[in-house]
Amino acid sequence: MSLGSLEMGSVPELSLKPFRIRSLVIDVPLLVTLLAVMGIGFVVLYSAIGGSTGLIIRQGIRVFVALMAFLVVAQIPPRVLRMWTPWMYFIGVGLLFLVLFRGTVGQGAQRWLDLGFVRFQPSELLKLAVPMMVAWYMHERRLPPTFAQLLIVFVVVAVPAVLIARQPDLGTSLLVVAAGGLAIMFAGISVKMLSVFAVLGMGSAPVLWHFMREYQRARVMTFLNPETDPLGAGYNIIQSKIALGSGGLFGKGWLNGTQAHLEFLPERSTDFIFAVMGEEFGMLGLLLLLALYLVLVGRGLLIAVQAQDTFTRLLAGSLTLTFFVYVFVNAGMVCGLLPIVGVPLPLVSAGGTSMVTLMAGFGMLAAIQGNRKLLAP
Amino acid sequence: MNQTVPLKDHSREQSLFLSRVIASAVIVLLLTFVLVGRLYQLQVVEYQQFAELSQGNRLRIEPLPPTRGLIFDRNGVVLAENLPTWELIVTPEEVPDIEYTLDSLESLGLVDSDERADLTELIRSHRGFERVNLRNLDDEQAAKFAVRRHHYPGVDIREGLVRHYPFGEVAAHALGYVARISREDLDRIERSEYAGTSSIGKTGVERTYESLLHGSVGYRQQVVNAQGRILLDPAVNNPIAVDNDTQAGLETRWPTPGDNLILSLDIRLQRAAEEAMEGMRGAAVAIDPATGDVLAFVSSPSFDLNRFSLGLSQADFRALNSDPDKPLFNRALTGSYPPGSVVKPFLGLAALDYGVVDADHRAMCPGYFQLPGHSHRYRDWKQQGHGLMDLHHAIVESCDVYYYQLAVSLGIDQIAEFMSTFGFGAATGLDIMGERRGVVPSREWKRSQFSRREDQVWFPGETVITGIGQGFTLVTPLQLAHANATLASRGARFRPRLLIGTENGVTGEEAMLEPESLPGIEIADEHWERIHGAMLGVTEEVGGSARRVMLGAPYRVAGKTGTAQVFSLAQDEKYDAESIDANLRDHGLFIAFAPAEAPTISIAAVVENRGGGSVTAAPIVRTLLDTYFEEADYVAR
Repeated sequence: MSLGSLEMGSVPELSLKPFRIRSLVIDVPLLVTLLAVMGIGFVVLYSAIGGSTGLIIRQGIRVFVALMAFLVVAQIPPRVLRMWTPWMYFIGVGLLFLVLFRGTVGQGAQRWLDLGFVRFQPSELLKLAVPMMVAWYMHERRLPPTFAQLLIVFVVVAVPAVLIARQPDLGTSLLVVAAGGLAIMFAGISVKMLSVFAVLGMGSAPVLWHFMREYQRARVMTFLNPETDPLGAGYNIIQSKIALGSGGLFGKGWLNGTQAHLEFLPERSTDFIFAVMGEEFGMLGLLLLLALYLVLVGRGLLIAVQAQDTFTRLLAGSLTLTFFVYVFVNAGMVCGLLPIVGVPLPLVSAGGTSMVTLMAGFGMLAAIQGNRKLLAP
Repeated sequence: MNQTVPLKDHSREQSLFLSRVIASAVIVLLLTFVLVGRLYQLQVVEYQQFAELSQGNRLRIEPLPPTRGLIFDRNGVVLAENLPTWELIVTPEEVPDIEYTLDSLESLGLVDSDERADLTELIRSHRGFERVNLRNLDDEQAAKFAVRRHHYPGVDIREGLVRHYPFGEVAAHALGYVARISREDLDRIERSEYAGTSSIGKTGVERTYESLLHGSVGYRQQVVNAQGRILLDPAVNNPIAVDNDTQAGLETRWPTPGDNLILSLDIRLQRAAEEAMEGMRGAAVAIDPATGDVLAFVSSPSFDLNRFSLGLSQADFRALNSDPDKPLFNRALTGSYPPGSVVKPFLGLAALDYGVVDADHRAMCPGYFQLPGHSHRYRDWKQQGHGLMDLHHAIVESCDVYYYQLAVSLGIDQIAEFMSTFGFGAATGLDIMGERRGVVPSREWKRSQFSRREDQVWFPGETVITGIGQGFTLVTPLQLAHANATLASRGARFRPRLLIGTENGVTGEEAMLEPESLPGIEIADEHWERIHGAMLGVTEEVGGSARRVMLGAPYRVAGKTGTAQVFSLAQDEKYDAESIDANLRDHGLFIAFAPAEAPTISIAAVVENRGGGSVTAAPIVRTLLDTYFEEADYVAR
């Protein structure tokens, strides 16, 4: 990416960011940070899965696909994205219905749609489609939204959220609610209404409890008191705290984590990879990772502030904060601050679909940044 | 586009948005600060403690499975217990190649090829260091493995307990069996509760009361070294180079054994009935009318429960499942039979209650019945006819023509209404799963049952044959015994039950359960009296259809015979469709209660394809009653 290959294209007043390389839109600070996080993830994952090359190659393929998703999505102008939004949303919700009736069951939950050649989780699509739909809906309306508009937005968020919760996939359902809710927060919902919805949300806790499966209830109960069930759900929290705590400030060193390698730590390569990193790289390692995450969040918020219309603003803001919610929920659960919900550590945990979705989201951020028109001051 | 909304105030919206971004940035920083604080607490402040937990003593948790509760009959005879056995176990993380190992165990004949998928899933559902029980081995198999043990790292045999049923085939359909936990089972249980357990109740009482029988899992902590080898196990007590501090901190929670169950069954009665039904297909159910206690619950032929708990191979299971006599089919609970003439006491009672006939009403039986304006003749089983009949003699001699007439006078909807109050057409609520509801036909039932318009019409002829328990009507032996008990107790109803009490596995404390009464039936005493009298006539009067069988009995029996034509069995879920030609003979039925003056037992028996009830089912009931009244030490609990 030498500057020599840079072409000015049709925009003469080119700023340095973003680059347009043969009209390729890439947000360099975003991409560099993303690559750094994924690189760290790779190193930690290698240790977590005990150096199995087969798994590492598979993860490599996933990372590659995710990067491709980022690059492709980044080339789509936000205007086009906005045009597609209702389609994406309604097709996504339709697929959720389909999955409920004809989906493949895996580990007691019905999440997958088997397309013959590839298995696909429609709930992933909704992680993007819900905030897009909210932003689309608010785009031509006056901000802040009226109460009637909020009710419509509520339905837009609630329908897919309930469908996903029924699969049951509480973690993803909560993330979809968060994404939609954050978009509305950025739309400028008044603090008064925000508190009304917060109260409503708390009121819905018993309803949520009703939707939960036995194992999910057990997780919440265990979170409240892990020592009651050291063989079952409490085991995860206890072991992950031991792994984290014994890592100390500097860690035990790469590939030297005993908790992880003696297989005490459950789901080492997915939900609990944060604990593996904490054990092997210590608090300093985790601080570095958190700092990189903060850079990504900061860059995202900056893109949101500089965005030029309501759709892109709301979308950029909500995607960025949802990303942070991921980080916080996963890290919080691993260190025992939050109950265990199956949310992976973004860009680090093994597993393809969520990484592709995340990178597609970052692709949208890059696209928003890259397609700004320079306005006269 | 923006111009179409004239009121959009861009700068105001932008500043609103900016303030939100700033607010969220602050919150993000605050939450990050909370995370960092938590990390500081865990990794710096409490570092020492966690480092010790992870470094000095690596604790590993070993589950201790609870002992399954025992099952007793009402007199304290053991029906299900646990015996020592050999278990083939595998510790997944110590096995270099699971698939290869399973292959090789399969070639030794220790693992069944059909179970491979289940076993792989079972292994996957455990943590790597948890020992998984692959199957139970007999002594010979255990010896065969023992000499080759060194070929199989990570695989071992250990002593365990296996469910044993001392009576084998007796009461198999009531007790049910346990077998290895399957993938489906994993979804309905709390996995951690089954961490050390490999089998689970699949059918019958073993399934219904799984949660009582199972007990609650315990665990013990072990100390392992950096390679995962056990250094100290408090239960085995072999400390190798571990200091006392470590040993003191080890925690053990003993498992709580499951509760013992006390069943309503009387195993002597049960055995007598099963012996009497040897070689027959059929069912017999005995119920105490005063409590709903099921005293005997027979489905014949039966099968040996112990084969399942030891681990039945898929091939053996298939063989059992495709046996033309269907031993696994629970006839008492799910066999749906046309009741034949045993419905007559009930319909007679209905006619008295609804006032359709009075006690002195007489009708002429010429040997056939015709609906007005129809030429079709509905035949009586007695070709020359019974002559002039009243209600009493129509039951005693089982006159069909009288009941054709009675059914037409009652009408199908009144019949359906009355039969439903006795529990026909609905599950009785017995405490084992899978009960069938049978059919009480009515106009409405037929409308909902058939999709084609012309099939939904109720024909008068269908009412006629309902009068003798043919046509659409289907009942289970359990329903018959239950309804007959209601008849015996003059309308008092109790939910049939197998569990009458539990015994705490630790303290031995007994807790007996109260019988559960159901809404009773209010009918005038004289009507009950009349029907009881007629049923007594069946076994005592000249011409009574069960007189021969009950001759010389030291107790008085009220009963009713029944014969069901087999073509009606086409209704029954194609369960002997292949062999229907060889089995066109009638089903025989018999219901009875005794002592007739103050009944303490109600029995229903069905024998398939061996002819009328008076010669097939009634003798079985006679045997049961003889056994029941012989038993000097019989306790009505």
